[in-house]
Amino acid sequence: MSRMQERALLLLAVAALAGLPLAASNYFVTLMNYIGIGALAALGLVLLTGVGGLTSFGQAAFVGIGAYATAWWTTVQGGSPWVGLVLAVAFTFAVAIVLGAATLRLGGHLLPLSTIAWGLAIFFLFGNIEGLGRHNGISAIPPVTLGGLSFQSGTAGYYLVWATLGAVMWLCANLLGSRQGRAIRSLRGGTAMAESLGIDTFRIRLAVFVLAGVLAGLSGWLFAHVQRFISPTAFDVGPGMEYLFMAMLGGAGHIGGAVLGSALVTLAKDALQDLLPALIKESGQLEVVVFGALFILVLQHARGGLIPSLQRLLPRATPPVPPDAPPLPRRAPPAAGGEVLVVDGVVKRFGGLVAVNQVGFELRAGEILGLIGPNGAGKSTLFNLVCGTATADAGRIRFLGQDIAGLPARRIAARGIARTFQHVRLRPTMTLLENVMLGAHLRARAGLLRGALRLDRAEERAIRAEAMRQLRRVGLDPNPHELAGNLPLGQQRILEVARALAADPLLIILDEPAAGLRRLEKQKLAELLRALRAEGMTILLVEHDMEFVMGLVDRIVVMEFGTRIAEGPPASIRADARVQEAYLGGVA
Amino acid sequence: MTAELALLLAQDGVANGAIYVLAALGIVLVFLVTRVVFVPFGDLIAYASLTLAALQEGRRPGIVWLVLLLAGLALLFELAGRQRKWGRALLAYGVLPCLPVAAAFLLAGRALPPLVEMALTIGLILPIAPLLYRIAFRPIADASVLVLLIVAVVLHFAISGIALMVFGPEGARPRLLTTASFEIGGLFFPGQMLLMLAASALATLLLALFFGFTLSGKALRATAVNRVGARLVGIRPGAAGATAFLLASALAAASGILIGPVTTLFYDSGFVIGLKAFVGAIIGGLVSYPGAVLGALFVGLLESFTAFWNSALKEVVVFAVLVPVLILRSALQRHGAEEEPEEDGL
Repeated sequence: MSRMQERALLLLAVAALAGLPLAASNYFVTLMNYIGIGALAALGLVLLTGVGGLTSFGQAAFVGIGAYATAWWTTVQGGSPWVGLVLAVAFTFAVAIVLGAATLRLGGHLLPLSTIAWGLAIFFLFGNIEGLGRHNGISAIPPVTLGGLSFQSGTAGYYLVWATLGAVMWLCANLLGSRQGRAIRSLRGGTAMAESLGIDTFRIRLAVFVLAGVLAGLSGWLFAHVQRFISPTAFDVGPGMEYLFMAMLGGAGHIGGAVLGSALVTLAKDALQDLLPALIKESGQLEVVVFGALFILVLQHARGGLIPSLQRLLPRATPPVPPDAPPLPRRAPPAAGGEVLVVDGVVKRFGGLVAVNQVGFELRAGEILGLIGPNGAGKSTLFNLVCGTATADAGRIRFLGQDIAGLPARRIAARGIARTFQHVRLRPTMTLLENVMLGAHLRARAGLLRGALRLDRAEERAIRAEAMRQLRRVGLDPNPHELAGNLPLGQQRILEVARALAADPLLIILDEPAAGLRRLEKQKLAELLRALRAEGMTILLVEHDMEFVMGLVDRIVVMEFGTRIAEGPPASIRADARVQEAYLGGVA
Repeated sequence: MTAELALLLAQDGVANGAIYVLAALGIVLVFLVTRVVFVPFGDLIAYASLTLAALQEGRRPGIVWLVLLLAGLALLFELAGRQRKWGRALLAYGVLPCLPVAAAFLLAGRALPPLVEMALTIGLILPIAPLLYRIAFRPIADASVLVLLIVAVVLHFAISGIALMVFGPEGARPRLLTTASFEIGGLFFPGQMLLMLAASALATLLLALFFGFTLSGKALRATAVNRVGARLVGIRPGAAGATAFLLASALAAASGILIGPVTTLFYDSGFVIGLKAFVGAIIGGLVSYPGAVLGALFVGLLESFTAFWNSALKEVVVFAVLVPVLILRSALQRHGAEEEPEEDGL
C-alpha cells in the first residue's frame, strides 16, 4: 500500500464518519458519542500501557476528575464550559504529576497496584463531598456552546466528540513518530538501554503518565457535557478496567486500537444489555462476567490485540529511503593520540567480594583497547563502572579530562561515550532506521509539543538522514524499514554499533560484540571496527574471543580475579606467563 | 481525645487489623510463590461468611454453584490441553471439588453442630482459589507480573458478577462463634475478637514454621525465587502454585468465618477488604510475612482512628495513605536498581 492509498483510505474514513449522522438513527449516534469518549480515555492507556509499558487501573478516576472539575464549575459556579475544559485539563495534569512522581520510580507491579488504591480513594472522595452531590452526582450540566452554536443535540455532540478525537489522534500519531515518541517507545526495552542512549526514563515515564491522565481528563470533560449528568459510579475501578480492556483488545500500542477497542466494547455492552435479560432472568451483572471472561481469554491468547492481526492482512506501506539532509552538528574530536579515558585505582565491592580491585588503564584517541580475562575476572563490572550503570566504591574515572565517576548512565552518554550490550538490546518492533535514530536522541532538541505539532520536521529529517548514513556505514542499508526483531543475531549486534555511532561518540565501548557471531560475521565486524579506528574513533572492547581480539586491537589489558595482571600489545600478552597461567591453569 | 478513647480505638483497630493480617499473609504467600497479585482474595472472605450464614439459616449456600461452575471450566481446560493424565485431572478438578458440594446438598437445611457448619464452609471455599489458578493463571504462569495482575483484577470483576447471581444482593451475618467476653485491665474484650487475634497469630506462626522448616515449604520458596531453577531440581511449579492457592483459600475461609459475625458482608464486600489488606502488604513490602503483619495492623489502626474522625472518609484515607508510603519507599530505593524484562505485545 502506498502513501497515496493510505491517505485516500484515511480521507474516506473521515468522510464516512462526517456523513454518518445523516444516515444513522439517533440511538446509534449516541452510541458513537460514547465510543468516541471511551476511545479518548483508552487512547491514554494505549500510550501508557501499550507503548510505554506501564499500566493503570485508575484511568476512570482521571476521567472523573475531568468530568467533576467541569461539572462543578458549570453548575455550582455557573461558569463557562470552556473554562471548565481548562480546569479539567489543569486538575488531571496536577493530580497526575503528583501521583506519577510518587509511584513511577517503583517496580513493575507496585505501580498498577497503587493505581487501584488511589483510583478507589478518588472514587470514594467523589461520593463523599457535599459540594459534588455525594453519591447522587451532579445533574443539569449545560452543553458546550461556541458563539451562538450549541452542542446540545446528539448530532452536534457527535461532531464535537469525533472532531476532538480526530485532532488528538493526529497529535498522538505525530508524537509517536517524533524524537520524544521514540523515547517513549524505547521504555519497554528496559531502563538500562534507554538510559545508555541518554534518555531520562523517569521524566519520559512521567510525561507519558501525565499525557494519559490529561487525555482522560479531556474525555471526562466531553462525558460531562455530552451526557450532562455524572455520578461517581462511572469513575470506579470497574470502568477503569473497561478502559484497559478497550486498549488491550484493540491492540495496545496502536493509536487506532483505542477506537477499535472502544467501539467493540461499547457495541458489545449495548448488545449484551439487550440480549442477556432475554436469555437469563436474573442477569444483573452478567455482562461484567462475559467481559471478564473475554478479557482473560484475550490476555491468555492474544495479548497483542486485534490491530496487529488486521495489519498482517493489509500490505505494509514501504516508505521511501530517507533523502540526504544537512548533517547534525558534531563533537570536536580529541587530538590523535590524546588522552581519552583514564581509569585510576578503581574499586568495586559487592558485600565481601571485591569484584574490581585497584584497576587502572589509559585509552588514547584513535586506538582500540581490548579488555580480556577469564570468566568472573571483573570485566563486566569494570565496564558498568565506566558506563555509569554501577558506581565505583573508590578510584577515579576521567573522560577527556573530566571526572565522570558516579555520574548516571545518561549523563555519561551525554559526554560522548556510547555503548553496546552483551545481550543485544534493541527494540524489535521498531525498524532498523528508528532504532538507529534512537541513538541520535541527544543530538536533537525537540520536546513533546514540537513533536506533536510537527514543528520538528527539519530536525527529524536531519536525524533520519544521519541514521541512514550510519546504516550505510555498517552495511545494513538495503532494508532500512525492516523490523529490528527480524534480523539474525549477528546483524543485530551490528545494528547496535550503528545506533552507538549515531550518537556521534568520541569513545565506543563494546561488550562482547563477537559473542554468538559466526566466523564471517566476526570478520565483517572486525573490518568495521578497523575502519572506525582509521576515522579516528576510540574503541574499548570487552571480549572473550581471543582470535578476534588479537588480530584487531592495539593494546590489551588482562584482568583476573578483579585485578589487572598484564597490559601490552597483543604479541607480548600472548607471551606473558601470567596470562597463560590465568587462561590455561599453569604451563608446565 | 482522651487516653481511654484512644485505647478503645486502638483495640478496635487491632481487631480490624487481625483480619487484614490473615488476608495480607495469604496475598504475600500467593505473590511470593506464583507472582500473582491475587486480588480476588478478599472476595473469598466474603463468600466464606455468606456460606456460613446460609448454612446457619438452613439454606443451601449459593457457593455450590460457583464451585461446580469453576470445576467444570477447569475440567474443560484440562480436556482442551495436551494433558495425558486424565485420571488425575478428573480426580483433582472433578471429584475433589465435588465432595464438599455433595456434602452441602446432603446436609443443607438440617440443624448442624457449629463445628460441622464451619468445616463445611471451609470445605466449600477450599477448592475455589486452586480452581481459579488452574483456569486463569496457570495457562500464562510465565507471563509478566503485570499481565498476571491484570488477569487477577479482571477475575475479581468476573466472579463478583457470578457471586451476585448465586448469593443474591442481600448481606448476611453469621452468628457469633462465641458470646463469651473478658475484661482485662478495664478493657472489655469480646471472645470473637480474641479468636480473631489468636487465629492471626496462629496463622503467622504456622506459615513461618511451614516455610522455614518443611520441605514442601522450602520447595514453595524455591519456586518463588526462580521457576526454572525450581523445575530443574524437580519441583513442579504448577503443583507449587496450586498448593499456594489452596493455602490462600484456607486463610480466606478462616478470615471469613471470623470476620462475618462482626460485620455484615455482601457479595461484593470482599474487594475492599482485600484491597486494604493489599495496602497493608505493600506497606510491608509485599515480600515479607512479618512486614505484611505489621502493615496490616497499621491499616487496621489507621482505619479505626479515621473512622472516629470522619467515618465517611475512612476509605479515602486508607487508600490514599499508600501514596505517601510509596513516596517514602521510592525515596529510600537506590537509583537505577530496577530493570524490567523486555516484553512486546505486553
